[in-house]
Amino acid sequence: MSEAATSVDPGLTPPLLAKRTSRRWLFSAILTTAIVALPVLSVIFLAFFPEENIWPHLMDTTLPRYLVTTLKLMTGVGAITLVIGLASAWAVTMCEFPGRKFFEWAMLLPFAVPAYVIAYVYTSLLDYAGPVQGALRDWFGWTSAADYWFPEIRSLEGATLMLGLVLYPYVYLLARAAFLEQSPSLFAVSRSLGHSALSTFFKVVLPIARPAVAVGLSLVLMETLNDFGTVDFFAVQTLTAGLFDTWMNLGNIGGAAQIATTMLIFVVILVTLERYSRRRQQQYAGRDNRDPIRRFTMSFPRQLVCVAVCALPVIFGFVIPGVTLGVYAWEYFDDSWNPAFIRNTFNSLFLSGTAALTTLLIGVTLAYSRRLHDTRGMQVLMRLSSLGYAMPGAVLAIGVIMPMAGFDNWLDTLMRNTFNVSTGLLLSGSAFAIVYAYTVRFLAVSAGSVESALQKITPSMDMASRSLGNSPGKTLVKVHLPMLRGTLVTAALVVFVDCMKELPATLILRPFNFETLATYVYQFASDERLYHSALPALIIVLAGILPIILMSRSISNSRSMT
Amino acid sequence: MRMKLTAAAAIALTALPLAASADGEVNIYSYRQAYLLEPLLNAFEKDTGIKANVVFAKQGLAERLEREGRNSPADVVMTVDISRLNELVERDLVQGIQNDVLEENIPENLRQPDGKWFGLTTRARLIYTSKERVKEGEITTYEQLADDKWDNRICTRSGKHPYNIALISSMISHHGEAETEAWLKGVKDNLARKPQGGDRDQIKAIAEGVCDVAIGNSYYYGNMLQDESQRPAAEAVRLVFPNADGRGTHINVSGIALTKSAPNRDNAIKLMEFLSSPEAQGIYATANTEYPANPHIKPTGLVAEWGPVHPDSLSLQEIADNRNAAVKLVDRVDYDGE
Repeated sequence: MSEAATSVDPGLTPPLLAKRTSRRWLFSAILTTAIVALPVLSVIFLAFFPEENIWPHLMDTTLPRYLVTTLKLMTGVGAITLVIGLASAWAVTMCEFPGRKFFEWAMLLPFAVPAYVIAYVYTSLLDYAGPVQGALRDWFGWTSAADYWFPEIRSLEGATLMLGLVLYPYVYLLARAAFLEQSPSLFAVSRSLGHSALSTFFKVVLPIARPAVAVGLSLVLMETLNDFGTVDFFAVQTLTAGLFDTWMNLGNIGGAAQIATTMLIFVVILVTLERYSRRRQQQYAGRDNRDPIRRFTMSFPRQLVCVAVCALPVIFGFVIPGVTLGVYAWEYFDDSWNPAFIRNTFNSLFLSGTAALTTLLIGVTLAYSRRLHDTRGMQVLMRLSSLGYAMPGAVLAIGVIMPMAGFDNWLDTLMRNTFNVSTGLLLSGSAFAIVYAYTVRFLAVSAGSVESALQKITPSMDMASRSLGNSPGKTLVKVHLPMLRGTLVTAALVVFVDCMKELPATLILRPFNFETLATYVYQFASDERLYHSALPALIIVLAGILPIILMSRSISNSRSMT
Repeated sequence: MRMKLTAAAAIALTALPLAASADGEVNIYSYRQAYLLEPLLNAFEKDTGIKANVVFAKQGLAERLEREGRNSPADVVMTVDISRLNELVERDLVQGIQNDVLEENIPENLRQPDGKWFGLTTRARLIYTSKERVKEGEITTYEQLADDKWDNRICTRSGKHPYNIALISSMISHHGEAETEAWLKGVKDNLARKPQGGDRDQIKAIAEGVCDVAIGNSYYYGNMLQDESQRPAAEAVRLVFPNADGRGTHINVSGIALTKSAPNRDNAIKLMEFLSSPEAQGIYATANTEYPANPHIKPTGLVAEWGPVHPDSLSLQEIADNRNAAVKLVDRVDYDGE
């Protein structure tokens, strides 16, 4: 490791530090990565030592199906989120139209809705007994399902749409942050050279925003790969569905881990592509960040287009599901309102908050270590630490339980033999296990965005600070963190909302008599009792809204707006 | 760095080790929704003063139990399917008990010979038919589901669901793998839509005219009749107890097993005894319209109205043994595919 540390990658900067301090940063990065990589490695270990080798059966029957379906789903969701995310981010950043200020933050609202919840809601609205088909039947005088054709929501296309509607905010958020951080002068220069706004967008704006958009898109794709709630409900046979299937129905955790490892290959490819797209891209924002953005004034029809571009995703991704849940929650309020419900709300807030802060700390450590030490080894560490995001929650939970239970049992035996005291299950079966799993799973979110924001800060900043006698740590606190404030808040809140929604890992890891809102919702919804799950689902959504507003504010405030 | 240590310490403080062996408690790992157990556990606490804690999960409990080893807080595991009970035995995670009360209350065919698990309720896998579009007696066996006559008229939930897997396992026992594969292919060809939803959704689909015939467990129908909003759908279907005149209707079992590590072993056994008692068995029968395992409990209300079941005498063990073959068969046929 230390040898690798001395070979500096030509890509970035001269080594910014003296040897002695650098070791500390490097060591903390390695330690952090080890903690994060542990569950991933234990799952890979499981994959190599399965109880029953199920590969032949998988290869002959289902695996090709899972692969094709997964690719189709990822392609579709990727396309939807890119179109919605980029178009709306551009509109609210650069165009003047009625409701622009409102849409700045409203675009993020679907973020607060878990994919499985939106799937439940649209199924109840669009199925035969739902209001939509009911109205059509009344209108045309049809009497049964045999009389007419109606699109089937429980399908690959349906799942693509559901996931696209709740995942596009990843792209929107990062694209918008990138557009805001961009120097307006670049745009002005391009226009003065005779390029149209559209051509400038594709030739100047998008290439500069590409690193951020690539992060957003890769997060979308990883989320898609990880989704279980929606594809399970719609009976879409993706790799994740297959993984659960192998585990639950064949009782073969080894086979499940093998599929999980297959998925990891997907992720490695994703991460590599995303890095590749950022290769050799170093933009350093100038000091003109204080310049206000001059937004376009447009003709009325064009303003209408802007409104439509922003309003439609919000209506379908948030308003309709929100109102539906509201109505159900109202009707079944007496059933759902009880003390357990308040307790679960606190559990969710507490766990998600803790996990968000933890991922932020580790993410900054990793990204900053890499800045100080951009070596091959460091890049590998960085990449390894973000793999957790690709692990399906349930498998990750097993990966967390294994080493933790191993440690607990080892410590217990040691204490019994030495002091005749039993320490029992210290870590597994406690809230710690859940926070640990969340941290591993969502570290990629914070590390990725911190890293891409750090890359925009010119190394001369570091050098100036260091030449004035500040240590690397002090430089981080005094120079980088204030500049990164918007990114940090955004990253922490994205993780927070993600944790609020996380389901499979929470289900498996949670202690006795401990529910979060998500597990609570799931208990009812998966049992075909959506009505009863409406109130807790609504609370998840509402809790997700508050950070969204703050998030948006912090981005807007990251530069003075006029 | 110091900051991170502080954070780590803060997190460590949130790790609240479980009081796994507190007095007067019993810990349950459950594959069955907690709210379904609630009335039973409330009654148990009233009788004994012992508080029951539940962890519900859809999957992975056996895995969790194995990793936790001797320190696992779980006293008992409750499942809704024979295969999961069998999995616990095969992974050596449960202990057998000799207990007069349980042996008195639970018939021999519904418990593991060494007392490693005990069935608490049985449920029949039925065929639902449309009262409107299917005449009484038009379909009476599982085998007929593959007849061309039902082309584009059948709905089921996923072939991979434990309830369907158990049914297919029983078909393998009776007909062998090759013949069962042909049968399942036939059923797949007759599907009106891709397998989806749960058993209630199949009943709704018949009411909506999407299909005329479906497969589902007995108690779902009962539960829907008891729910204001779902009653109309349930009233549109007729229950058929398949193969009643032949080998009998396929039944599955929900049950309970005592873990190897049980820290509250005595309380756990009290719970098991209670769940097999007339009081608890009565709750099962009325609240969830299941068939009580305890032969001394007469079914009441709805369950009684359906009349006596002629259960398939196939041993539950054999159904569990064929499970893997059944799952692979579903894959080969691509039952859940488009």
